[in-house]
Amino acid sequence: MRLRLAALVPLVMCLTVLGGLTSSALADETPSPQASASAGSSPSAGETAEPPDADFYVAVQLIDSSKKTATSPGEPVPGVKLTVTQGSGTAVGSGVTDAEGRVYIPLEMGGKYKVELDPKTLPDGVKLSGEAATTKNVSVILEGATNVQFQIGVVAEKGVGFGAELSQALFNGVKYGLIIALAGLGLSLVFGTTGLTNFAHGELITFGAIIGYVFNRGLGLPVIVAGVLAVVASAALGWAQDKGLWGPLRKRGTGLVAMMIVSIGLALLARSIFQYTFGGSTRTYSQYVAQGPHSVGPIDVADKEIVIMAVAIVVIAVTCISLATTRLGKSMRAVADNPALAASSGMRVDSVITAVWILGTALTGLAGFLYAVDKQVSFVMGFKILLLVFAAVTLGGLGTIWGAIIGSIVIGIVSEAGPVFGVPASIKDVGPLLVLILILLLRPQGILGKKQRIG
Amino acid sequence: MDFGTVIDAALSQALGPQAIVFALAAIGLNIHFGYTGLLNFGQAGFMAVAGFGLAVSVVKLDLPFALAVVIGLLMSVILAFVLGVPTLRLRADYLAIATIATAEILRLVLGAVEFKDFFGGSNGLNGFVGPFQDLNPYGGPLDLGIVSWSRADLWSLTVGWVLVALSCLLVWSLMRSPWGRVLRSIREDEDAVRSLGKNVFGYKLQALILGGVFGGLAGLFHVLKQGSAVPTDFNTTFTFYAYAALLVGGAARVLGPVIGSILFWFLVAGLGSIFGQLTDGSGVDLPTWIMTDTQASLVRFIVLGLGLMLLMIFRPQGIFGDRREIAIDAR
Repeated sequence: MRLRLAALVPLVMCLTVLGGLTSSALADETPSPQASASAGSSPSAGETAEPPDADFYVAVQLIDSSKKTATSPGEPVPGVKLTVTQGSGTAVGSGVTDAEGRVYIPLEMGGKYKVELDPKTLPDGVKLSGEAATTKNVSVILEGATNVQFQIGVVAEKGVGFGAELSQALFNGVKYGLIIALAGLGLSLVFGTTGLTNFAHGELITFGAIIGYVFNRGLGLPVIVAGVLAVVASAALGWAQDKGLWGPLRKRGTGLVAMMIVSIGLALLARSIFQYTFGGSTRTYSQYVAQGPHSVGPIDVADKEIVIMAVAIVVIAVTCISLATTRLGKSMRAVADNPALAASSGMRVDSVITAVWILGTALTGLAGFLYAVDKQVSFVMGFKILLLVFAAVTLGGLGTIWGAIIGSIVIGIVSEAGPVFGVPASIKDVGPLLVLILILLLRPQGILGKKQRIG
Repeated sequence: MDFGTVIDAALSQALGPQAIVFALAAIGLNIHFGYTGLLNFGQAGFMAVAGFGLAVSVVKLDLPFALAVVIGLLMSVILAFVLGVPTLRLRADYLAIATIATAEILRLVLGAVEFKDFFGGSNGLNGFVGPFQDLNPYGGPLDLGIVSWSRADLWSLTVGWVLVALSCLLVWSLMRSPWGRVLRSIREDEDAVRSLGKNVFGYKLQALILGGVFGGLAGLFHVLKQGSAVPTDFNTTFTFYAYAALLVGGAARVLGPVIGSILFWFLVAGLGSIFGQLTDGSGVDLPTWIMTDTQASLVRFIVLGLGLMLLMIFRPQGIFGDRREIAIDAR
């Protein structure tokens, strides 16, 4: 018993070390609280505002969209004064946009506010577009940034045709699907060999993204290097997880249901540690954040999206080919099929399972990192897409490799294309979950699954 | 550190309305998981349909309160039926995934801005507790020195603990009946039960419905004691916490979920209070590079996660459970 407890320690240590790293990384990032509240004083060139330390704040970024280029969404508009008022016009804060066109105005508490833009401070030749409204009403509900937008120089968009909208959604769906596929592959590998439905899988996705953030923002490495290191760190976590937790549990003969509940506890633990160290806010990596898209035919594509998809496809292909051809791949499949038989044929089942954990966690970490490059990093990002990954894997057939990939692409497309067909955007995640329930209803073994697996 | 405050916070939560919600939900889970071996990870969904069934009936459809309560419970029966028919023939983890997905669908749809007119969006619905509070016989708040409750809470507590007691009585009598013995034998060996000519699927469905109704009761009580039905209250973590409460007390024991919920809230509120005091700037504080006050509120969840893991590894039967009587080695 004591031994098992000792076995848990490395895992917790591992997470704590991560915690330490993140907090030190974040310490460097900690913004000077009132940087943006220097109302009136026009910021010098190069000085940029940082988000304030307040719980609630209004964030405005003024971008002149008429100067939109392939690489940027437009030119920032500096030196514009914005005032936040409450009720009958009492000013509660004001600020002037910096060189990036950004301003953050901290607020005491949530509530309904009015954000007013002083049109006299706009540079010459820059005009508000749209309805040219200089005030916007905003209700500040959530902690963190509440974004307010003023349109500048936007040419009224022509209505986008259904075909163009659909092809854009399909493109986004395939991209989303490929990211889910990487995570799903990890889940499926582990499920296939150990039978564990891992509810902590979402946190493995988050781990990849956050550790990437630590390497990128904390240690100042380029995003690509940080990504490689994030995958290596994820692989190490996979090894530590198996050595420290799942391996000892297997040896103890703990049942699958018990392990599932352990994974729920682990998910809770890891998510809380992420929130403790990383904080509740959403952050971005230092590069490739807002890439201006190119128009390719009817769809808009950013360079990073191409790279993300290419990386995902190559990694998935290499994984599948090596599972089919290499010795290790074959033994993984043998263990998945029948562990007892594999053991009696002289395979070291335990080291095969360790290899599966390493590979699975690395793939999942990569998925998290790519997702973070595409969107942002937050402590719940993995938890939020966990059910989609489950849906994808179940749809394709739990424990099958190709099934996981096909299922993921379908789920990605269903999720992104739903709004095109009139599904309200706020519940677009409902589509994949409905697909999940339907597949359980009609073909529980999934598209490629074998019937005997469903018991 | 003021231990009086800690004990007050811990005790008033442990015996308070939130613990009752957990106890009722966990009694339902006990029937599912403890007695029948079904993995329902969507108890929050059962609560949501019942709570919103009540709220929508009263606020939007202007139905009488008593009828609305019945509708709320009926909703959870229907949900159990809809979930159970397709998934109960499958392996345990399929039910787990299907229920968790359904609960999320319900939460997302109930909170969607598009259905705001009917479900109230992310703010939910309120203004339906009048008839419940009108029945309140108490004249004022109660202060016992170490614990204190408001007048409204006192009424909720009375109703809640009576409900919990009745539920326990029902579970106790059901589980010593032949019906309860069939449920336990399904948990132990489904095929053996089937070979004795029992309709396993039917029994599982009945168990799912009964446990779901307790979940529904928990949902009703939750919206009544809170005065509003808010979609985000019914998220997946709630179900996981209810599992933690059940497992602390001991699954497959009549009083397991009740004791578990009390202990769960005692620990959660106690830890919250201790770390809250350690970071509130009153002198005996932890350095802020270790912990700030926002981080202090997270410590209990870290402990909770770790505790759930250790509990499941070293003492899966909880405090009162019997190791032989727990379905964790199943399939």
